[in-house]
Amino acid sequence: MTASQARRVPAPVRRPSPGPVSGRIDSYPTHRHGDYGLRAGKPFPFGATLVPGGVNFSVFSSAATSVTLVIFEKGASQPTVEIPFPEAFRIGAVYSMTVFGLDVETVEYGYRMDGPFDPVRGHRFDPTRILMDPYARVIGGRDVWGMQPDWGDPYQHRARIAFDDFDWEDDRPLEVPTTDLVVYEAHVRGFTRHPSSGVKAPGTFAALKEKIPYLQELGINCLELMPVYEFDEFENSRTAPGTGEWLCNYWGYSTVGFFAPKAGFAATGRLGMQVDELKTLVKALHKAGIEVMLDVVFNHTAEGNEQGPYISFRGLDNKTYYMLTPEGYYFNFSGTGNTLNCNNPVVRNVVLDCLRYWAAEYHIDGFRFDLAAILGRDASGAPLSNPPLLETLAHDPVLARCKLVAEAWDAGGLYQVGSFPAYGRWAEWNGKYRDTVRRFLKGEPGQVGELATRMLGSPDLYTGRGTAASVNFVTAHDGFTLADLFAYDEKHNEANGEDNRDGANDNDSWNHGVEGPTDDPAINALRARQVRNAFVLLLTSQGIPMIVMGDEIGRTQLGNNNMYCHDNELAWLDWTLADRNADLLRFVRELVAFRAAHPVLRGSEHVSGNDADGDGLPDASFHGMAAWEPDWSPDSRVLGLLRSGSAEDRTPDVVYLALNAHWETHGFQLPQLPGGLSWHVFANTSVPAPGDVHAVGEEPRLDEQSHALVGARSALVLVGR
Amino acid sequence: MPFDATLSTEGQVATITLTGELDAAAAPAFRARIEEAAGASPERLVLMAERLSYMSSAGLRSLVFAKQKMGQAVDIYIVAAQDPVIETIRLTGFDHSVIMQEAYVG
Repeated sequence: MTASQARRVPAPVRRPSPGPVSGRIDSYPTHRHGDYGLRAGKPFPFGATLVPGGVNFSVFSSAATSVTLVIFEKGASQPTVEIPFPEAFRIGAVYSMTVFGLDVETVEYGYRMDGPFDPVRGHRFDPTRILMDPYARVIGGRDVWGMQPDWGDPYQHRARIAFDDFDWEDDRPLEVPTTDLVVYEAHVRGFTRHPSSGVKAPGTFAALKEKIPYLQELGINCLELMPVYEFDEFENSRTAPGTGEWLCNYWGYSTVGFFAPKAGFAATGRLGMQVDELKTLVKALHKAGIEVMLDVVFNHTAEGNEQGPYISFRGLDNKTYYMLTPEGYYFNFSGTGNTLNCNNPVVRNVVLDCLRYWAAEYHIDGFRFDLAAILGRDASGAPLSNPPLLETLAHDPVLARCKLVAEAWDAGGLYQVGSFPAYGRWAEWNGKYRDTVRRFLKGEPGQVGELATRMLGSPDLYTGRGTAASVNFVTAHDGFTLADLFAYDEKHNEANGEDNRDGANDNDSWNHGVEGPTDDPAINALRARQVRNAFVLLLTSQGIPMIVMGDEIGRTQLGNNNMYCHDNELAWLDWTLADRNADLLRFVRELVAFRAAHPVLRGSEHVSGNDADGDGLPDASFHGMAAWEPDWSPDSRVLGLLRSGSAEDRTPDVVYLALNAHWETHGFQLPQLPGGLSWHVFANTSVPAPGDVHAVGEEPRLDEQSHALVGARSALVLVGR
Repeated sequence: MPFDATLSTEGQVATITLTGELDAAAAPAFRARIEEAAGASPERLVLMAERLSYMSSAGLRSLVFAKQKMGQAVDIYIVAAQDPVIETIRLTGFDHSVIMQEAYVG
């Protein structure tokens, strides 16, 4: 039957089950197809939406010549029924139809799109393919992580219907002030999959919920989750030569469905309840005072290049959704085969709808945009001075309190750290902060001046945007762990099966004399000190600090700086480290608490150098081994940084950092404090634990108030009180 | 086993005994019993779940519906639920809305 042949019927053919609003005339079918009652649907919202007695299906295609809804029983390889959209149900380029009498719990649906196959003109329609709804809010097909799918199934990623009726009670996004954030970046599976995690359903949202007390004790207040949108762990999966290890898409930076949570991350994924499980996690995190930020990947999709699979966009409307060369090939600014055409108005709306959905329906507090520079390119790939997508997101009413964080570069060479179009809203992963801190700690010359700038929220990059425009980090999921940063000169990615070609080559890392693990106590002590130094810099810098999962307990990847394809104990968080490196964990906890206790470290505006509160000290001042005499010379490796302001109760808030990246101990003359205050030691990384750090408010008074020795490659943190 | 839900009321306690599989097809019948129970304004709703073998997403939603229909002051007990049902309720977080018991303790 063709689309135009769906018969019009004079009377309802099938009484729908009673809906919440009985008596609505649109709750009755006007057409039928076999056993199914139909009615012209509503174009908005896109996707599959529950309506009284039925489901409203709405899908866009600018160039399809006909569209067919394909209905499956859950998991079946052959469709139950295929229902062409009657031509009368199309408005503009949107096909919408209400189908009555479906069992919404067991139905799966897709689309067949007919139209031209003409790659040079951008069209790749293929009516033999069954395509997933890009607005699918639940996706089956990879319900349990790592379980081999039926590769003969013609419909691999299967759209399902979501209820969207979670009981949130009084929950809503927390709206923690950006300057108060301490971000913790984690991988959902990796956080609890390790046998040592002691949770009931390792590697899942439910398991992560069990670990909330750990995050609370650490003191972080924002959990940034690496991709949780549905992705395919089997994408490009292969067996590692030599080891036979299964290499997979573990990280998930390759989206299958933007509106659906990763089923394989849910203990209840096999029951199709991943939506409820993730929402339960978000609600519980909020109760614990922890925001949830999602790492979102809008720069490309899992469909790859010309050789990639048909999942959704390619067959729905290739020309609209992808950036194409004049010859019809895929631009590859993402380094993964294709590039989403984000500044096309239709695609822009998909992104906007998606983020609004996650903010409103999942109460997500913020988003970190992977390779966000791509979002500022036009359809031909040229950078836009005023990218509509970024502006739209910045000013959207639903997203008005969401944190928006850009990874302000892409694989096509566009590097926008400090220049990302911000519209007063966007923050950036500050890659320059990372590089400077690493070089300073290594002891490279010529870093002191830039370090001072980076620690004060990078005013050179973010003038007028405030300190919270800078997300400061020393490590991220990309690259070495913090422990490895100080244990390896070179990356060791052989296990990735790409002859060690993948992963960054410029890491500014240093092994301190031996590549990898060593029994040398001096080297191990120095590495441990450097890890603490890095945490001191990170958590006393203005801007938003970000910690990577496990760095607080010394997690290692044995020198692998690109763990995207490993689902093994090296990728997972080993919870026994929390005991083995309890001293480090304590150090980091105290530092997070110290940051929270000292507003002077969290000011939203860049410092002025003036004494605004009249206590005799400017809000920030620089020092060297002599007070008030910073040493900016190329060979200098020391910096004293004094911050002075007022706490909320108007008491003085004075913090002094003496940083020594030199290989010898140096004496620092201390700035004189205003009357009544004296210097107390909060942290000294050259002192072994437990003397390396003290609880807030219990810092011991410094015996000698005018001078302090700062050990080689060490950091001293003093507080005036 | 087909789904069945029978209601009995004793004093201020309404008890619904559940049998079979509580899925989307069965949920309306369960909700009808809940509405019926709510009509008696009980102080407590007890769901006897020993012979309930499966609970789907729609079944879980019926529990939320019960909580909302009865009001926050009415405690909902789920008694003697089988392990798969308990697991489903727990992992999706619905366990915070109800009181789970192995045997009913009033």
